[in-house]
Amino acid sequence: MASIAPTPLIADVLIIGGGMAACWAAIAAAGAGAQVVLVDKGFVGTSGVTATGGPNHWWVAPEPGKREAAIEERHARSFGLADRAWMARIIEETWRTLPTLAGYYPFDGDGKGGTFFSGVRGPEYMRALRRFASDRGVTILDHHPALELLLHSDGSVAGAAGHARLAGAGWAVRAGAVVLATGGCAFRSGLIGSYGNTGDGLLMAVEAGAALSGMEFSVSYSLSPAWNSTRTLPYFAARFFDREGQELDVPPPMVGEAAHLRALAQAMQRGPVLADLTDAPEQLKQRLRHIQPASLAPFERRGLDIFQDRFPVSLFGEGTVRGTGGLRIAGEGCETSVEGLYAAGDSATRELVAGATSGGGAQNAAWALTSGRIAGAAAAARALKSGARHHASVTRAGRVGLSPSSTASLDDAREFLESIQDATIGYDNALWRSAEKLEKGQIAVESAWRTIAEHGRAQGLASVALREHAAMASVARWVLAAAHARNESRGMHMRVDKPTADPAQESRLLVGGLDRVWTRFENSEHRSCVEIAA
Amino acid sequence: MIAHIFEDRCTGCNDCVAACPTHVLDLGEGGIPLVARIDQCQTCFMCELYCSADAIYVAPEQDDAGSVTAHAALAAGHVGRLRHDYGWDRAPPSGQGHLSDFWQLGPLLREGAEIAARRYAARARTRD
Repeated sequence: MASIAPTPLIADVLIIGGGMAACWAAIAAAGAGAQVVLVDKGFVGTSGVTATGGPNHWWVAPEPGKREAAIEERHARSFGLADRAWMARIIEETWRTLPTLAGYYPFDGDGKGGTFFSGVRGPEYMRALRRFASDRGVTILDHHPALELLLHSDGSVAGAAGHARLAGAGWAVRAGAVVLATGGCAFRSGLIGSYGNTGDGLLMAVEAGAALSGMEFSVSYSLSPAWNSTRTLPYFAARFFDREGQELDVPPPMVGEAAHLRALAQAMQRGPVLADLTDAPEQLKQRLRHIQPASLAPFERRGLDIFQDRFPVSLFGEGTVRGTGGLRIAGEGCETSVEGLYAAGDSATRELVAGATSGGGAQNAAWALTSGRIAGAAAAARALKSGARHHASVTRAGRVGLSPSSTASLDDAREFLESIQDATIGYDNALWRSAEKLEKGQIAVESAWRTIAEHGRAQGLASVALREHAAMASVARWVLAAAHARNESRGMHMRVDKPTADPAQESRLLVGGLDRVWTRFENSEHRSCVEIAA
Repeated sequence: MIAHIFEDRCTGCNDCVAACPTHVLDLGEGGIPLVARIDQCQTCFMCELYCSADAIYVAPEQDDAGSVTAHAALAAGHVGRLRHDYGWDRAPPSGQGHLSDFWQLGPLLREGAEIAARRYAARARTRD
């Protein structure tokens, strides 16, 4: 266990995380009259994958038939796992909410004489959300990584504890409700903005008894120059070449995303792949610097012309960031199955709106905004109704990497990262899944997880790093268990040994558990425990 | 990776220590921030954006801080360039915002994908 924190801060609502979902949750909770504390591992403004990006939000005007059509079009692509009512909810909430940022974000023209609201640039968006939240009275604590949840004796959530890294001391916050908005897990692939997205919130929640859903839908990659992950805007028209200058036969992106990724991954397994952007839209060549300056820097600083010179590319794993899985949403208020614990953004499953697919940028941002707003408001309502229980005794829920079951002899788990990455985002293991490959991955990941659970403990900032690795090992276990249990191919979950969809498995798949990982289809009573061959 | 902190420009405000989301920088003695955990740098350039003195330079490689010398970075005009490109170093010109082209992101992305799709279809026809 981490060192006992000093006198805890008291709040109605505690938000854990510092990206767009966390900020929208904080703003909504404060707007509902709650006293809100937000703790982030890094800095609210630069943390997470939104800050380095430029999210477009799902934007459909409330005109007759228009939203219904948009929902039907997306529902047809969800492989049966999305929910029309949730889709309608995120369209409406996004439409109403985004313009409220006008005092903080410099919305500009849409090229047609109107205001462009739906797309926002990451650094300016996150800076605006920070200011908006501050003006609403939210207490923002940067550099306050959370390590574990605090629980009342009845199992409901009582707050969280962690390490304040600049002060070099423990912290604790007692709250009537907690919103987890800690992002997805990209397994430290190097994906831009995702270094801190190690699945911490998923581990904290499962330790408190929550379940996950859709973890098998975690196969997504982002194309970037091999030396520096960027946003993907410049590369959509790319041609690809091998080392000898032979053009590769790569199906186009978007329309056939899986074929595109598989062709690139296959070529990359053989050797370096070079991209050539001479075909890129003329307007992009002229305006990229003005639209997305950070995409140019990695080239200019190497003395390369992005649109003239061929350059090596790589696929950066996105795990559950652009993948879909996350904490199971148990009700209309984005509550998890743990009393007082809510989930938002990429830490929650996005299946409700995207099904077995990624959802693409627009749906994802609308989900992050809306689930944040809903979770924040619901958490505030609960906290204000139930009143303070700040003097009740609490227990610390953290275990893996915090409270070893055997001798504490491991304070650094970086040695396991490579095997965790190989099992989850290794090209062959992820894009061509099979029972055999998954079982092999499970053995490797199980061994890493057991070692951390039995022996892991560290102090200070090292405990944060150890806990991040504990979380990545845990997420890997749940991903592999779900991918093994979903004995079919559906959406981004592609099994070469079961290449087609099985109508009997058109149901969300839940996964959870620590010592024993379990899976259960939502439409079934039967829970299976995962057996790992020794 | 963060490669250079120019001490002659640094004001010691330590905004970069706060802004770095991955704990790369620590408060240094005498005000100049200390690169304490370079292995945690994700090359996101956010420290440059938040450095109002343009005193930080991030080398373009995610796993190499040594590819560009301080002199070369300055000579190439790359120090402070990103913040300038974002427009964070100045008020926008009157009648035009720093984000006036941002609406084009989606259309240009789709146009790129369409170019790739048309080219692929043409190639497939040639093969048949």
